[in-house]
Amino acid sequence: MRRVKAFVLSYIILIGLWMIVGGTQPDEMIVGAITAFIISLVFAPRFALLGSIRLSPKALFATIMFIIVFSVELVKGAIDVAGRVISPSLPINPGIVKVRTRLQSDVGRIALANAITMTPGTMTVETNGEFFYIHWIDIKSEDIDAATAAIVTIFERHLEVMFG
Amino acid sequence: MALIGSLISLVGSLFLFLGALGILRLPDVYNRMQAGTKATTIGSILTIIGIGFAHPQWLPKLIILVLFILFTNPISTHALARAAHFAGIKLTERSIRDNLREDKIEEEIND
Repeated sequence: MRRVKAFVLSYIILIGLWMIVGGTQPDEMIVGAITAFIISLVFAPRFALLGSIRLSPKALFATIMFIIVFSVELVKGAIDVAGRVISPSLPINPGIVKVRTRLQSDVGRIALANAITMTPGTMTVETNGEFFYIHWIDIKSEDIDAATAAIVTIFERHLEVMFG
Repeated sequence: MALIGSLISLVGSLFLFLGALGILRLPDVYNRMQAGTKATTIGSILTIIGIGFAHPQWLPKLIILVLFILFTNPISTHALARAAHFAGIKLTERSIRDNLREDKIEEEIND
């Protein structure tokens, strides 16, 4: 079941990509359909990422919420870091803190680590099971629970629904 | 539309400039990486979206470009930071703490 889901999802993604990049003339579409079929057939079983995506309406809503929250954090973080760089006194407070995540699935943890890395001001340096080591440009708290609440919780809420 | 697109691109290039400034001003590898990669994320996304406003017929392809940047950027950043830490590059003296180093030392003692 997971394999079928991974196959269908990767086929849809590949054919969509083909249509956007290559156009939608009939003969191009035939080539694209065959190529996407072969690639999906070969690689889908190894795509754990696509197999464990949940497709319920609730997960879809969480995905939209995650994208909104992430965009807001991206802009907020970028402005914050830009302000620090411009400021003559260079008000940074850097270091590596340890945080803990509730997410169980590998895909959820990958998504969380990448979201943290993309948000300006925080960067995942190393992961070890449920612990993430995060380089934080302005440490507000050295305590593991407080740091988790400040960095992780905002993304984790939505990723939990999306991936578990 | 072209004007809005130009303005968005301008804001994007401003972020790219600040990223470059950050690389010059910040003290150590990790902080520079923060400026160098993150400012680039938002800077290039805004620049690309600005081009999309100016040329709406390119928008689908530009969105794919943004997605590729969003998927690849954090992975390369993480790989670089992890490699730097494992190579033993120290954090700046202004750093408050380094939990990863502490835990690694602890592990070595336990072994």
